[in-house]
Amino acid sequence: MNFIEPLIGGALIGLGSLLAMAASGKIPGISGIVARIIRPKAGDVGWRITFLVGLIIGAGLAAFLNLGWQGYALPAGRGLAVFAVAGLLVGFGTRMGGGCTSGHGVCGMGSGARDALVYTLVFMAAGVATVLVWNLISPGGVAA
Amino acid sequence: MKLFLILLSGVLFGAGLIISGMTDPSRVIGFLDVFGNWDPALAFVMGGAVLVFACGLMLLRKTGTRICATPLPDTSPDPVSKRMVIGSAIFGIGWGLGGFCPGPALANLSTLRIEALLFVPLMLIGMFIAQRTFDLDR
Repeated sequence: MNFIEPLIGGALIGLGSLLAMAASGKIPGISGIVARIIRPKAGDVGWRITFLVGLIIGAGLAAFLNLGWQGYALPAGRGLAVFAVAGLLVGFGTRMGGGCTSGHGVCGMGSGARDALVYTLVFMAAGVATVLVWNLISPGGVAA
Repeated sequence: MKLFLILLSGVLFGAGLIISGMTDPSRVIGFLDVFGNWDPALAFVMGGAVLVFACGLMLLRKTGTRICATPLPDTSPDPVSKRMVIGSAIFGIGWGLGGFCPGPALANLSTLRIEALLFVPLMLIGMFIAQRTFDLDR
């Protein structure tokens, strides 16, 4: 498999996170950035919206310029209802859990925080278990 | 200047998500499919991101560099909490179902993927419910 694109993409994610942290003075996990727009504090909203606008522009630009990975496929058997439930769980879980792949994963582990490592291992293990159970229930990846 | 740098960091982050392939839900599911047809790409993405972040942070700390005169936030770890372990597990289940975590779901808004257009508003509702349930982000 090609590991150059994942490495370059990852490096950009790390660089963007570091720059956002240095400029904002806050830990810029995506779920936290979004959550504190939903429940805003005065003077702490503008940079969050700016970052998300940048994220969507950067993604759109990279997709438009055909940079890196070009694939997009829905995993077997996942209809829209699955994405609706997944959205609720991801929103609820990242808030209850205090972070997501970027907050705990990149920023937390990148600053050597032991608690972030624990939470990252927990959501990865839960993800692995979910995919395993899904595949057992729908053998061959056929829609259940 | 501060907002321009933050816009730039968002652009880097969003472009990184697309380039790395992590906006493709089948690739994320492929990484989580450890006992099936495993795709290690996400490990390289996470590794690259953590490495750059960690080295850059060390450099900023060593040289005492401040960007826009802003001090770096406190990143010292807290004790592991039961609530956050359970929350992270719930997040992991949702992640394994759809192959979207918050960043890639938002990035896919730019390409108007119908899954993302559905996922993101429900994610916001989920966050809102958790904030009210546990009185968070006040």
